[in-house]
Amino acid sequence: MRKYAWRIYMAIIFAILYIPILTLIVFSFNDSASTADFTGFSLDWYRELFSSAETFTALRNTLILAVLSSLISTVIGTAAAEGIYKMKNKLVRKSVISVTNIPMMNPEIVTGMSMMLFFVAVAGFLRVEYETIGFWAMLIAHVTFCLPYVILSVLPRINELGDSLSEAALDLGCTPLQAFFKVKLPNIMPGVISGMTMAFTLSLDDFVISYFVGSSNFQTLPLLIYSMTKKKVTPDMYALSTLIVFAVFVLLVISNMKKDKNSPKRHGGRKR
Amino acid sequence: MHSIAAAPHIFWAVLFIVLPLLIVLFYAFTDKAGSFSIWNIVALGDYMPIFLTSIELAVIATFICLVIGYPLAYAIARSKPEHQKIFILMLMLPMWTNLLIRTYSIMALLDDGGFVNSVLMKLFGTDEPVLHIIGTKGAVIFGMVYDFLPYMVLPIYTCVSKIDKHMWEAASDLGCSPVKVMTKVILPLSSSGIISGVTMVLVPCISTFYISQKLGGGTFELIGDTIERQFLNGARNIGAAISLVMMILILISLAIMNKFTDADGEDGGIIV
Amino acid sequence: MKRISALIFVLLIAISAFSSCKGDEKTVTLNVYNWGEYISDGSDGSFNTNKEFENYFNRFLSEKYGGIKVKVNYTTYPTNEDMYSKLVSGSGSYDVVFPSDYMIEKLISEDILIPLPWSNLKSESNFHTIDTDYISQPYDPDNLYTVAYTFGRTGIIYNTTMVDEEDIDGSWGLLWNPKYSGRILQFNNPRDAFGTAMYWKDIDINSDDEEDWNEALRILKDQKQYLQGYVNDEIFDKMTGESAAIAPYFVGDFVTMYSENDNLAFYYPEEGTNVFVDAMCIPTSSKNPEIALEYINFMLSPDAAIANALFLGYASPSRYVYNDDPLLDEIYGEYNSEYMESLAFDYFLDAEDEENPTEEELKVAEEKADSIFNLLYNYEDPGNYSHEILFYRNFTPEIQRHVNSLWEELKIHGTEELWVHITSAVLVGTILIFAIYSAVVKKKRSKDYRMRDKALKVTKSGNSN
Repeated sequence: MRKYAWRIYMAIIFAILYIPILTLIVFSFNDSASTADFTGFSLDWYRELFSSAETFTALRNTLILAVLSSLISTVIGTAAAEGIYKMKNKLVRKSVISVTNIPMMNPEIVTGMSMMLFFVAVAGFLRVEYETIGFWAMLIAHVTFCLPYVILSVLPRINELGDSLSEAALDLGCTPLQAFFKVKLPNIMPGVISGMTMAFTLSLDDFVISYFVGSSNFQTLPLLIYSMTKKKVTPDMYALSTLIVFAVFVLLVISNMKKDKNSPKRHGGRKR
Repeated sequence: MHSIAAAPHIFWAVLFIVLPLLIVLFYAFTDKAGSFSIWNIVALGDYMPIFLTSIELAVIATFICLVIGYPLAYAIARSKPEHQKIFILMLMLPMWTNLLIRTYSIMALLDDGGFVNSVLMKLFGTDEPVLHIIGTKGAVIFGMVYDFLPYMVLPIYTCVSKIDKHMWEAASDLGCSPVKVMTKVILPLSSSGIISGVTMVLVPCISTFYISQKLGGGTFELIGDTIERQFLNGARNIGAAISLVMMILILISLAIMNKFTDADGEDGGIIV
Repeated sequence: MKRISALIFVLLIAISAFSSCKGDEKTVTLNVYNWGEYISDGSDGSFNTNKEFENYFNRFLSEKYGGIKVKVNYTTYPTNEDMYSKLVSGSGSYDVVFPSDYMIEKLISEDILIPLPWSNLKSESNFHTIDTDYISQPYDPDNLYTVAYTFGRTGIIYNTTMVDEEDIDGSWGLLWNPKYSGRILQFNNPRDAFGTAMYWKDIDINSDDEEDWNEALRILKDQKQYLQGYVNDEIFDKMTGESAAIAPYFVGDFVTMYSENDNLAFYYPEEGTNVFVDAMCIPTSSKNPEIALEYINFMLSPDAAIANALFLGYASPSRYVYNDDPLLDEIYGEYNSEYMESLAFDYFLDAEDEENPTEEELKVAEEKADSIFNLLYNYEDPGNYSHEILFYRNFTPEIQRHVNSLWEELKIHGTEELWVHITSAVLVGTILIFAIYSAVVKKKRSKDYRMRDKALKVTKSGNSN
């Protein structure tokens, strides 16, 4: 009896969570531009989506940014996690970690604004138009807010692993670099991968920081959606979201089927 | 690999985290011409009602998230391992649709002439909208809960799922009623999950500007809206001052909250 | 290893995709920064203005500019103020922007626009196609900086099924009618919102007197209790979806709404109303002002002008769309009727069979198109107003600050919802009490433990003795 109560509770919450998404999917197939009245089935909005150059540029920009920023933040963040682990001085260690966590704790709007003011100052200092550093500003901003998440997912793995393995490798004649890449890295790989996935997700979805830092020649998808929701959301944005949800769903299912073989115990989600 | 591996990260953090915040500080304490002034801070008195509203709404939304999210996280953690993964995926999937689109679809759904109301109006046979939700503070709270609920559930779930199942049995063997097991064992053990869930929901709730614009109908402003508007009007100094105060408020409350978990951790955390 | 090589592969693709748009020195990128949904963009088989410009330039003008090719980078902004903040922040170089009248005045006074380099134009100028009513306007009396793109007026949109006919008195007062409490919308920007109150009560909309603005604020505060919300473009969904009954908005957007829901109707309030012009300008940050002007000139060509007028629904100053000079009928007449036909067919034809509409359906569509055309172009100015009075002018900084602070006051006014205060106070109180309680309990407990430890030690040592 109690078990059913839990089930029902979960069902209700999930239903509420999914109703807006389901309506979004339904209305992406709507015949008219209305988002309140379903007039008939059509694929017009998907056709429109694929014919819009603006959407495609934005999609491409978003992907480029997400790939680059997740890679860069993973490299820097993994190295940083190793470095932080090796730090002897407790005070230094603690202060490095708390500075790292600032972008995660800070409201996004403050981070975005501080970045914008910073890059405007940089552009002024270099005597160039903001636009010329626009892409780099965006990339740097994205790497910056992704870094803490990477470090946070790698650091526990390194702590867990301890020193014994890499010490053994060193004793057996590895150079420190070899010891890291051949022994340590493969062992902490799950943490690195989950950090990278998280960074990729965050970058892909970020609106607030991009909104402040963004420049004219580099419009990402969330920015495009924002300028559209100010006007009127046409269901082609619904169509795009439907496609994204579907793609993510497929990816998640595939990756989980794979993971089942390797390690049955892993919890998803953003951990702190 | 020594602690030198953290060097690129430290360099990055100083340049792109600390320096931009110093620039915000600079803007907050200067006037348009760039000379020192404390008037921006003094003028903040006018914004007290906005600060108050933002904090109030965020507190209520976070509390609702906790009340809804804790049982959900608990229910997921107590279900079969192979089901757990599916539930977590289901929880994360909505986060992959852009926040702007999700919020917009809530608006389209709940508006006076929206889908829910048109169904209800047919059901009750009236011409008047049955539920007037959009444009009230309740709608904004609903939007916050809807958008940020997964951030509450995931950390709590991670925490609860790590609690040893035997703990429950041990407690009831020692004579605890189920309610007492919950309040004396499970809740205290998951307190770190609760704290990080609360932070992950509270911070974006206080600083949001999109949700209040769409769901609040523009009848009142939250602090995020005010910051955004100041920047659009070119009043950077006052915008920087507001963000500075908001940042300090949030960092202080986070520090206090972390103090609680730390203290708990040192005492062993379990109050039996 | 496989995974890493896959990553490198992705990285390479990303980099090459990125560099491909930057390479090739001979390609010039033209940054066009426009309002959202404010150009015919090729959706639904319409004219793709930016693509057409690229083709036209690269085919016919490229040689005259030393063989360079043009690529249009088109981005959008939601409000004049967004655009202004981007222009002054120095975050970006723009070649063509589309500000409104008062913003143009501000941009000119701050030296952010450059005079249009008409003498360097290498194609044939289309400037003469602009109707004389829309040149030499107060914001740019000598036509140095601007070419009008669209114009229009504000008025009141209402839903004929929700508003009783006897309440339509042709006045701004409808927005203050308590009968429709909870179903009225208002602009969500200070300029237009204050405008509605000021036109209604006959206060100068460009007043320098702070008292006038305070008076308008009082009127707007009165209105707030009847409002469903302050909105900008959310109005499209709210009016076509029948969430609200009455709203002030721009006539051009009414056309779009009317084509989706023909229960809607529109009138210009008799007390006078705001006239706006959105014009094409070149900001100082432009790196290619000559090519930017070619773009502007292209926008005046018949294909582009008609396509944009149709796409936006806004009135166009181009004679290709509307010509009221019989002497010029021979040149422009055919274009005018082309516009009218498309208006009827694309906007208002609601037929069972789209390919073969019945006579009746055609007639309805044409009637609707006619009424819209009259609304857009053939209105009469009420009273003795001239454009001079009806335009918003640029504020002095003092008034700007004052209006902004009044706007904040309006937003705070009357939003107290008691339950919010009570609930949050209770919550915060509970948390505090709990925190204090647990701190006290902990302290007491650790004291107890210490006592017990001590006692234990004492007994132990006692035992050993």
